[in-house]
This record gives sequence, C-alpha cells and structure tokens, in this order.
Amino acid sequence: MSLTLKDLARESALLRSRFVIAVALAFLLAGMLMIRLVQLQVVDHEHFQTLSRSNRVKIVPVAPIRGLIFDRNGVVLAQNRPYHSLELIPEAVSDLGATLAALKTIVAIAASDEQRFYARLKSKRRFESVPLRLQLSEEEVARFAVNRHRFPGVDVQARLAREYPLGALGVHVIGYVARISERELQQVDAVNYRGTDHIGKVGVEQAYEAALHGRVGHQHVEINAQGRTLRILSRAAPVPGKNLYLTLEASLQAAAERALGSESGAVVAIDPQTGDVLAMASMPGFNPNLFVNGIDAETYNALRNSPHRPLFNRTLHGQYPPGSTVKPFLALAALADEYEAGRKEIWCPGWYRLKGRAHLYRDWKKGGHGSVDLERAIVESCDVYFYELALNLGIDHMHRFMLGFGFGVPTGIDLPGEAPGLMPSPRWKRANRNEVWFPGETLITGIGQGFTLATPLQLASAVASLSARGRRARPRVVDRVTDTINGTVNTVPPMFLPSVPVTDPRQWHRVIRAMVNVVHGARGTARRSGLGITYRMGGKTGTAQVFGVAQNEEYDEEKIDKKLRDHGLFIAFAPADEPKIAVAVVVENGGSGSSAAAPVARKIIDHYLNHRPYQHPPEGLVVSGDEPAARAEERAANAAVRRDSPSAPAVEARMRRPGDG
Amino acid sequence: MAKSSNAQRMHLDVPLLLGLGLLSGAGLVVLYSAGGQDTALLMRQGFRLLVAFGIMVVFAQIAPRHFFHWTPWLYAGGIGLLLAVLLVGDIGKGAQRWLRLGSFNFQPSEMLKVLVPMMVAYFLAERPLPPSTGRIITAAVLIIVPTLLIAQQPDLGTALLIASSGGFVLFLSGMRWWLISAVVVAVASCAPLVWFYMHEYQRLRVLTFLDPGKDPLGSGYHIIQSKIAIGSGGLHGKGWLNGTQSQLDFLPERSTDFVFAVFGEEFGLLGIACLLAAYLFVVTRGLYLAMNTQDVFGKLLGGSLVLTFFVYAFINIGMVSGLLPVVGLPLPLISYGGTSLVTVMASFGILMSLHSHRRLLSH
Repeated sequence: MSLTLKDLARESALLRSRFVIAVALAFLLAGMLMIRLVQLQVVDHEHFQTLSRSNRVKIVPVAPIRGLIFDRNGVVLAQNRPYHSLELIPEAVSDLGATLAALKTIVAIAASDEQRFYARLKSKRRFESVPLRLQLSEEEVARFAVNRHRFPGVDVQARLAREYPLGALGVHVIGYVARISERELQQVDAVNYRGTDHIGKVGVEQAYEAALHGRVGHQHVEINAQGRTLRILSRAAPVPGKNLYLTLEASLQAAAERALGSESGAVVAIDPQTGDVLAMASMPGFNPNLFVNGIDAETYNALRNSPHRPLFNRTLHGQYPPGSTVKPFLALAALADEYEAGRKEIWCPGWYRLKGRAHLYRDWKKGGHGSVDLERAIVESCDVYFYELALNLGIDHMHRFMLGFGFGVPTGIDLPGEAPGLMPSPRWKRANRNEVWFPGETLITGIGQGFTLATPLQLASAVASLSARGRRARPRVVDRVTDTINGTVNTVPPMFLPSVPVTDPRQWHRVIRAMVNVVHGARGTARRSGLGITYRMGGKTGTAQVFGVAQNEEYDEEKIDKKLRDHGLFIAFAPADEPKIAVAVVVENGGSGSSAAAPVARKIIDHYLNHRPYQHPPEGLVVSGDEPAARAEERAANAAVRRDSPSAPAVEARMRRPGDG
Repeated sequence: MAKSSNAQRMHLDVPLLLGLGLLSGAGLVVLYSAGGQDTALLMRQGFRLLVAFGIMVVFAQIAPRHFFHWTPWLYAGGIGLLLAVLLVGDIGKGAQRWLRLGSFNFQPSEMLKVLVPMMVAYFLAERPLPPSTGRIITAAVLIIVPTLLIAQQPDLGTALLIASSGGFVLFLSGMRWWLISAVVVAVASCAPLVWFYMHEYQRLRVLTFLDPGKDPLGSGYHIIQSKIAIGSGGLHGKGWLNGTQSQLDFLPERSTDFVFAVFGEEFGLLGIACLLAAYLFVVTRGLYLAMNTQDVFGKLLGGSLVLTFFVYAFINIGMVSGLLPVVGLPLPLISYGGTSLVTVMASFGILMSLHSHRRLLSH
C-alpha cells in the first residue's frame, strides 16, 4: 500500500471534520431532548401536575384462576383451594415489633413464619401487603375478626392455593406449581404474569403452562394519597385458564404405584391403540403440596440428597440398558430381513465365542439351553441365539430397525425434557468416542447390553407398537382441553408415527406367540407371573447389569450390595390378540426381570382388565387364580406405600365420583 | 508528560472515568428511590457495576493490535453465534435471544454491538479514506447481515443500534454527503415495507405511540404515566424519594427502561440538565480520545462506540418522554440490569486501550 504524505494529511483532516460534526450532532440531539423536556416540565407543567395530583385511579392486575387438572374419568388431580392469610402493610403499622407480639396472642405465628415475613418484607414496597401467616384456620380468622380494630394495617386476605388432593399420586406426570423465579419471569409475557406469583415447574403443570394460566385481567381502583385502595371503579375480568383432562387413569396410577411398593423403579402403561398414557409412575415419589408455598430448605435437601432420588422422574429421564427386552424386536428384525434364523435351530452350550477370539460371551443359563429355535429363544431368553442373530443382522441393520420402534429417539410425548435413550451404531461411536466399533459390541447389543439405553417410556411405547402389529401411536398424557367460559371441549386427537415396516402378519404372529409363551408357556421366563391368569398376556423379561461380572466369576445376588444388584425389567401387553394395555416395568436393583418386574406388570394389567372402578365398583375386588398369595402380597405392598401420600383406601375413596355411588 | 501517573500505567483516562462514575453514582441514587428503597436491589446493581468496571479495566489492558488482528475471526464467530441462537436458542418472551452456556444465559447480539463497528473499521482502515463506493457497499453488507439476523430473533431495538453503530463508522470515515442523503432517503422510503415485515406486537407499539390511550396495561399506559411523572416534576422536581408517580406505583418498569421518568419527577428539569450534561461530557471526552488515537482503525472504532453509547441514551430518553416509540432499550449506566452494562463498559475499556497504547505502538 503506498500512501503519500499528502494523502495522510488529507485523510486526517477529513476525519477531524467528521468528528467535529459528530460532536455537534450529539449536542443537537441533546438540545432536542431539552426542548421536549422544557415543554413537558415547564410549558405543560401545570397540566401534568394536575394529572398527577388527581392520579387517584390505579390499574391493578387481576390474576386469572389456574385451570384444573383431571384424570381421564374426571377425578381431580390439581385444584385451587381458597385459604385465608394474615397480611400486613408495613407503612400502616407504626410499631412492627409490638404489633407482631400482640398478634401472637391471637394467631399462632411460628418462628419460621416470622423469618419468612422479614425476608419478604425486604423485597416489598412499603405500601404493599406482606403475608405473615398462610393457611389460617376458621377459628383463627374469627378470632382475628373480633380483634381487628386493634390492628390497623393488618388484615385477613382470601387467596387461592394450588392443591394436589391425591398427594404424591402421579406427581411426576402432573408436576407442581411453585413461586415464579426472576429468570422464569423473563421467559414469559411479563404483562400476562403481572399479579401471578406461581408457575408450573415440572410435568403437565409446566408443559401446559400457557393453557392452564389464562389471561390477566385488570381493574381500575381509586386510591388515596397513601396508596390505599378506596373503591373499585371498573373491572376487565381475567380469562381463567383451561381445564385439562389427562389420559391417565387415577385408579390405575394408584395400582401401579402400589405394585412397585417400596422399590425404586418406574412403570409406564399405554393404550396401544391411541398412545394414551394410562399410568406413569416413578417411585419413590414426593408430595407436590410441599412445593406450592415454598418448601423449607431442610425438607428440600432431604428430598434432593436421598439416595432413592424421589425428585427424579425415572419414566422420562431414567435411561436403562433394556437387556433381554430387546429380543422380540430383534427377532422381528431377523424375520423381516428373511434372515434364515427364522427357520433355523442352533445349539446353545451356554456360551458363545467369536471366530478366532478367546473371549467367552456367556448365556445367563450356565448349562445352556440346548437346541433352540426363534420362539424358544424368546420364551427362554436364550442369549447365545441372539448373539448369533445379532452378528448375522449386523449392527447397522439392527440400529436402523430399532430406530423404527423408537429406540434412541425421544417418543415426542407432550411432557418436557424427555431423555432420548441410545441405540448405538458405529457412526455414533466414531462421532462420540472416536473409536472403532468392535464385533463383540454387536453381540452384546443383541441382548440389549453394552451402550444401548432406553427410558421406561420408550420401552412402553415400543412394546405398545409391537402389540399393535407395528401401528405406532405417539404417547400423550393430555386427552382433552376444556374452556371453562364457553364450555368447548378440544379433544387432542391421537397422533400416529410412521408404522414399523414389517407387513407380513405371520411374522408379527410368530413373535407375539413367543411373547405369550413367555407368560403362559411351561418354560417361559415369566411363567410364575402367569399363574391363574384369566386373559392372554404377552411379555418379555429383561435384566440390566449394573456392574460387570469378570470372566471367571459368577453373579451371586446374595453376596452383592443392593445398590449394585441388577435392574429387573419387564415389558408386557394384554389381551394378546386385541391389546388394550401395554406396560413397561423397571425395578431398580430388583434382581431379575422375572422375579422383580413381571409381578408388578401382572398386578397392573389385572387391575386394568379385571377391576376398573368405573366399570366395576372398587369393592368388588375380584382377583382370579392364586388368591391367598397375591392378596397377602398386595396388602403388604399397601402397608408399605409411600410415607407422604394419603393411605391407599383414602385415595380410592376420594377417587370415587359422586355419581358412581 | 514524561512522568506517567498510575492511571496512565493502567491505561485509564481519568476524566472519562470520572464521567462514567458520576453517571453510575446518579444511577444508584435514583434506583434506590425507584426500587422502593430496597437495599438488596441496590447491592445487586452495585455488584454489577463493580464487575462492569472490572471488565472495562481488563479491556483497557489489551493492546489495540490484538483487537485488530482478531477482528475478522471475532466477527465471524459472532455471526456464527447469531445463527446458533436462531437454531438452538432459548425462547424468552417469544423471542430467541439467549444461548445457554452452562448455568448462565448469554446474549450474542450484545457482542455484536462491539464487533460490527470493529469489523467495519477494520475493513475501511485497509485503504485510504474516504472509501470508494464499492467498499462502502461491502461495508454495508458487513452491517446488514448481523442486523437482519438480530431482527429475526426478533429484537428490533438492538438491530437498529447495531446498524447505527456500523453506520457511524461509515459516517466518520468520510462517506460522501450525497451518498449519506441517498441512504437516508432510501431507508425512509422503505418504512412501509418495514411495517409489512413487523411482528404484531411491534406494530402495536407504533400504534400506541401514535395513540397511547390503547393498551392500558401495556406500553400505552407506560407512556401516559411516564409523561405525567416527568411533567409533574417541573423545574425543581418533587425531591428524592418524593415522586408520587413512582412511589405510589403508577409508573411501571421504573427501575429498568423507565428509570429516567423517576429521575425527571424527583429532580426536575435542573436535575435532567445536569444528567444530560454528564452524558455530553462523557461523549465529548470519548470522541476527543477517539480522535487522538494512533491509527485510522482506532479512530473509527472508538468514535463509533462513543456515538452508539450516546444514541442508546438518546433513544431511551426520547422514548420515555414520548418523543420516540417504545423500543425497550435501557438507559445506559442508570437502568437496573447487567447485560447492557457489561457491553457499554467493555466498549469504554476498548476506547481507553485504543487511546492509551499509542505511545507504546509508535516504536
């Protein structure tokens, strides 16, 4: 670049002139502002001063009433309960200490109430009402009313609080509301939330926040010089939130939670025809009512630090190795691919070895299964058969086929933050771990171990699709949305995903028959859970390793810490020919799928098919077959139900609607 | 001149520092009143100010040649982040502006407020000034791309600021007057087109500017109440903590975008004159520093950053006093909030670096 001295000088002069103009421009704009302000503050001062003095009409937002949440039959899951709170306007109280002391003689005020009051006091303006005690009893309200003249600036206010009448029941699906945070306020329309101080934090309460919240209203009120409201002049009513009817069935949800009992685990039950989530339980749960008006730190930390992780929604966020529950799906892949496995029998000696390698891939059954065909491999859950099947299919094919059942991708349920699970492939491993894929990894993918992960929801959705012969309804939890003002009902139609590309009905039939024999067959891994069954149920057990057992060691449940014990899994559907319900059960550290998870699934399906309270009254508890054992077990489970929920009979009693008598 | 003071060794400019300190101090005073005498709020803002001044000091230490060499990369990175926001950003208030980084949210459009003038200055400083028409067109593309990306989020206020920060570089570089007038005419004739592409809420804002009686809970109410607040303040104001409009809760957003109305109500025209004088002092001193930097890149960048700061304040005051439509920009250094504070102080840090490193550069 050649720059002459003359150029430089010219450039410098040009820049200087532009800077001078810039400064002049800034002064000009500031002058414009000054003119405007002189106009407002000097010329029109009288006018605005009059307006300001007569500014006695204030616009106050009126919060809308939050929509209610019901189960599919109209059982109330979330409602708004009126309550009375004792509130205090700081500027109107001359001696705060004396007033508090005098109030304590009338109304019980705990030290924690007082602490919270002082904390709130700091962030409120002096003429704003600050709550001192929430949830006054009728007696306390009456007692205060008599003494009210002694306490200027103190008053009882009627408010609405969110309440979950069934406590912990279905808490992870329903979610809860809690005080809105500063960050959340930035994420929503601030005008619409003026006057609202709660917002949905998890579950349906969060996912359907926009529908549940409604639209803010406002009223013009006349105030005096101290800012106190004198009277209401006009009012634009708020638009209340919409009511939601979930696909959940409260009694089935209760049955599912009872069936898991004190175990940590998850259950998802889906209607295969529509994708309706009938029950979705993650145990242990917690009581959502604790969160509504602020949970104390101690309780919250206890919940958060509990090794059983009650706040964690296992159904959506828990990712487990699916274990042998993948076998029916892979069997279908093999049949659809016309891979000869569909016809051939193989010999299972109890182990499998890749050509030219020393490593032994073992079968869960030490002596082996002997001669096995496809059906028997599913019924007895033969690992060796599926090692060979996986090797013949190849990892890419398995990956593609399993994706078609929704493994490794979110199901698209209408709840926030669903985990995607993982269906591995060589490309995934290259991209995420920068390593090559080993043939041995193909083998263990064939029995649902290794990298493979699935959420209980994904398992339930996949088995629902399988039971419906490939028709895939997207899981959903909200069935209909009703408008409380004009009474319109918006039914959310079921959504369907691309069907599984297996068109030959015989192939579906073979796999489903094998799954039926898992429960009904003499050698089925879940035959014990099939005792006394009155309908035909298909299922598949699975066991997910929590830690690896060395080559020459043996897994011995008795010797292992409960924390390291295998997860038990079970997927099931019934009735086999015309499925009405599909279930996935995961029992964490429960041991094997057949002993821990299958009985849970059986209880849930029994409840759904034999004993639905809105078709038969709950009193007519008819469980067929092996009564004494099952009853005793159920009673034991009932006794052990979660500490923080109403007792089971209470739940059932509350769930009965007036009309059902 | 030979002895260098502490401030010079720290690459700081004392008069500018005093001006900035004065404005932030006034900000804290009025925030105490606007926030209902909430000390916790005041502490939070004080902490943010400390952080922002710290950032300014850090930026002042970076030698201008580093800014210069990194400019194209930083600009490209900024554009990439804007694209990322459009693809994966968080949706807040119906607009995608935030990118989540670990636990805190981050707004890439803030960075572009500095990066756009930096890139345009970098590009124009390559050749002798004034720039040719061809180079002006290229520079215009460098400005328009990020502007459109931010307008997509949609964040019209920031998009306009960024466009004008780039425009200031072009103006300072000696773009010919006939071209400047042509651009102004072209923009004005595009106004109906802009209306066509505006979002519903943006049209609503323009309509309420024309007729504030609509939308009683929204921006129309804001403007009515803020004009009453300022007008009733009169010449001397109602006195600190005595503004009825703000203390009786008539004035919305009085800690953030409408803090100027509280100032006007409580301190009157005289107070406002002092405040505007303080802003003008910062701007004049800033432009003086920018003028006296070593190279063309520094002059263009420094000048543009200072002018953008002024426009920021001008738009806010104009909007609060009913001269301009509500665009939702805070009053720099006064309004409660941290995001824009950091950008403003970072750009003053850059300015101090550009100015104070010139002796070191010359040998």
